[in-house]
Amino acid sequence: MSKDKSEYLINRKDNQYEVVIGLEVHAQVTSESKLFSTSSTKFGAEPNTQVSLVDAALPGMLPVINEYCVKQAIKTGIGLKAKINKRSVFDRKNYFYADLPQGYQISQFKDPIVGEGKVILDMPDGQKEVGIERLHLEQDAGKSIHDLDPKNTFVDLNRSGVALMEIVSKPDLRSPDEVNAYVKKLRSIMRYLGTCDGNMQEGSLRADVNVSVRRKGTKEFGTRCEIKNVNSIKFMQMAIEYEANRQVDLIEEGQSIDQETRLFDTKKNETRSMRSKEDAHDYRYFPDPDLLPLEVSDDFIEKLKLEIPELPDEKKKRFIEKFKLSPYEATILVSDNETSNYFENVIKKSDVKLATNWIIGELFAALNEKNLEITESPISAGNLSKLINLIKDGTISGKIAKIVFENMMEGDKDPKKIVEEKGLKQESDPKALETLIDKVIDDNREKATEYKSGKVKLFGFFVGQVMKVSGGKANPQLVNEILKKKL
Amino acid sequence: MSDITKQSLSELIKNIKDKKLSSTEVTKAFVERSEKSKELNAYITEDFSAAIDKAKRFDEKPNLDLKLPGIPMAVKDLFCTKNIKTTAGSKILNNFIPTYESTVTQNIWNEGAILLGKLNCDEFAMGSSNETSFFGNVQNPIDKDLVPGGSSGGSSSAVAAQLTPITIGTDTGGSIRQPASFTGTVGLKPTYGSCSRYGIVAFASSLDQAGPMAQNVKDCALLQEVISSYDEKDSTSIDFKRNNYSKELTNNIKGKKIGIPKEYRVDGMPKEIEDLWKKGIDYVKDCGAEIIDISLPHTNYALPTYYIVAPAEASSNLARYDGVKYGFRADGENLIDMYEKTRSEGFGAEVQRRIMIGTYVLSSGYYDAYYLKAQKVRKLIKNDFDEAYKKVDAILTPSTPSSAFKIGEKTNDPVSMYLNDIFTVPVNLAGLPGISIPAGHDAKGYPLGLQIIGKAFDEQNLLNIAYAMEEKINFKNKITDWWIK
Repeated sequence: MSKDKSEYLINRKDNQYEVVIGLEVHAQVTSESKLFSTSSTKFGAEPNTQVSLVDAALPGMLPVINEYCVKQAIKTGIGLKAKINKRSVFDRKNYFYADLPQGYQISQFKDPIVGEGKVILDMPDGQKEVGIERLHLEQDAGKSIHDLDPKNTFVDLNRSGVALMEIVSKPDLRSPDEVNAYVKKLRSIMRYLGTCDGNMQEGSLRADVNVSVRRKGTKEFGTRCEIKNVNSIKFMQMAIEYEANRQVDLIEEGQSIDQETRLFDTKKNETRSMRSKEDAHDYRYFPDPDLLPLEVSDDFIEKLKLEIPELPDEKKKRFIEKFKLSPYEATILVSDNETSNYFENVIKKSDVKLATNWIIGELFAALNEKNLEITESPISAGNLSKLINLIKDGTISGKIAKIVFENMMEGDKDPKKIVEEKGLKQESDPKALETLIDKVIDDNREKATEYKSGKVKLFGFFVGQVMKVSGGKANPQLVNEILKKKL
Repeated sequence: MSDITKQSLSELIKNIKDKKLSSTEVTKAFVERSEKSKELNAYITEDFSAAIDKAKRFDEKPNLDLKLPGIPMAVKDLFCTKNIKTTAGSKILNNFIPTYESTVTQNIWNEGAILLGKLNCDEFAMGSSNETSFFGNVQNPIDKDLVPGGSSGGSSSAVAAQLTPITIGTDTGGSIRQPASFTGTVGLKPTYGSCSRYGIVAFASSLDQAGPMAQNVKDCALLQEVISSYDEKDSTSIDFKRNNYSKELTNNIKGKKIGIPKEYRVDGMPKEIEDLWKKGIDYVKDCGAEIIDISLPHTNYALPTYYIVAPAEASSNLARYDGVKYGFRADGENLIDMYEKTRSEGFGAEVQRRIMIGTYVLSSGYYDAYYLKAQKVRKLIKNDFDEAYKKVDAILTPSTPSSAFKIGEKTNDPVSMYLNDIFTVPVNLAGLPGISIPAGHDAKGYPLGLQIIGKAFDEQNLLNIAYAMEEKINFKNKITDWWIK
């Protein structure tokens, strides 16, 4: 048993193993056109409709760097608090495959555009810093489709040449949960920056996961295996769990671990060997002679710094300090830009505490149920703000507010109108309430007598009856006061 | 006018502008002579009837303000030409018809020139004798069974034989200057970055450069003026001030300092080359220029450096010819088998040799010893020139270590073939402009060329020196039309 409850360890007999994980995340750069050509990057187009002469590697075609993608990579680097390299070099990574038209991928090998940086994770037991080794720009390959024809493979080059950022972490991650937090945080930062949409279904974010294990307390790293191209956080976590246990079992059996590339089979929930270190490709990297080294000035970088929005860490700090939110609440609300914008729009004209509770509670639950993003919320920030004010000024009770909220989820209706149309306004007229209460006491003579003879528990019963008769609209505070007098 | 094809480009332009000749007459004359010259095998693809049609259309509405008004021209088959088969001299591209035009050829058509056809060359420009072409040897019009040089051998043969008034080639290690030297013509390799590489089938990207080939320096200057342009589609294209090279051409080179590099006196160099060089020095002096002895200490390493850098880049550049997307495809059991058969059958022996050399020098474990070291030496070679240019305006050397050789003479000895480029290769490695001009004949009556190497972007000065020397040399090519029956 470990002292720290969040420590992820694998136990075998008397031995405890620590898992060491490093991630190579491939994030598609948000950009209208590809890294070295002007073709569109739009997802979901008919196969081979977004392929330029350059993407198809016709003879004599030459790559020309897309400046926007360079800016996006630098912005991401700034977001990762990383060193921006003023000089970087594009290299060719040579290998043959049907969906790689050039016979090489243009990537950055020795001199990436972004150097060391860091990402802060908010774990249940506090913050954890994960080092970033580097970020480099590279081209995506096309797509081979093997299952459309029994004998032939079809190739779709729409993705060919799309810009990717490969973000390499240091081997600082220690558990599937940390991997979850890391990928989410990375995704959040890039979405704030607008440099990657983080859409994992569309393949905008994938990762190669490096896993090794070592006896707890050991300093040296174990032999690692690389699990290629995992495209969801859940699969990353499953793959790590399987792989770490596999490695531990091998060690326990006295066997050694081969450094190799493995694939995660999502159906069988296991990793399988793809190729060993000996079979590894010799990519024959060398600087692409069609491209000059990429040089950016201090001025260029400084201008981009001005375009960087408030990022999640800073926003969280502000939310805690300015709005007195708990770290938990703040973490949730800053998780993506859209949510925090929504929150800030709601509290422009309404109570912060109520807004926080309603967004994190009711709204998230309702959106989750309908599988909607915050940007697709049927309830606008303005209308949620109105609802909260109706509660705050006593027009409706919290209970009625839930009914109004449900109505609002059916379409972006003004809560005031719903309250009016459905007659949900809280009854706060003392005279009307007295009449109501008199009737309730009259209808429950026996219980009233019991109450007077000392059975004070029955007070709650009367409150309930009044609320029931009023259809929940009676102002509970007034009901309490009047009932006390009358009884 | 009977001898249309004997006229220089400048004469043809003047006659068309003066309406003494129509584009149709000129085009027909070159088409007829080309038709009679099939034995030279200079063309891979002829586009003669389309050329005559274009000439007729030009004559209907002649725009005489253009620089090449209605001038017919054949080009090396390494330039992609829209809707015209472009093979790079290879079986692997024997069925390839581009949907696009190279920037250099587009510049030419924009100035009113008309495509006659595509000229033979060594496969993927890899060769010094045009013998590696899938489409067969090219004959040098100088003599039967003599190579025209390479890789722009179809181009040099066609210009020398007057099948085209002028042409363009490409030069990676000497592929314009060596064939020019072998055929008694003028060939310019411009500064790297002067002419766009867009649409030119790549051999070695950091060395490839298109350039003009002509019968005289003035024609060469005019064509250089047309083809050189800054092009955003080529990231290595350089935006510098380009002269009107033909207009600004002058034979006044008084006071220019011309360097003579001692390292170019290589062992075993024939005496006639040595004599030619001496003669060249005298011509330069006659023009009023000053001769200065210089040293380019790393010259010896240029050839080995070139034969690492160029194949390395080529091995990667040629990876796209895999049978998947276009070009020749051999059937295979599976993807790998298809690749192997396609590339084994589609590429010739010399191309395969260079792909293997290139793959080897880039392999892990060998990269540092070969490729990286070659890049360092390349820098030293460039530094040599930089140092020299502190003292001189240009450098004079022989173009080649020998005159043209017989077809088949060196095919089984690649190293002796590679030695042909010994004087031209350093210029590509340093990215400098170089020109070969005909300067005399050897004992067999074969032409010999002298090379002038200039400072980067200093084509004007280079052309001026060549122009002044040309006047003094007064070279006459000895062509008997032996191939016309």
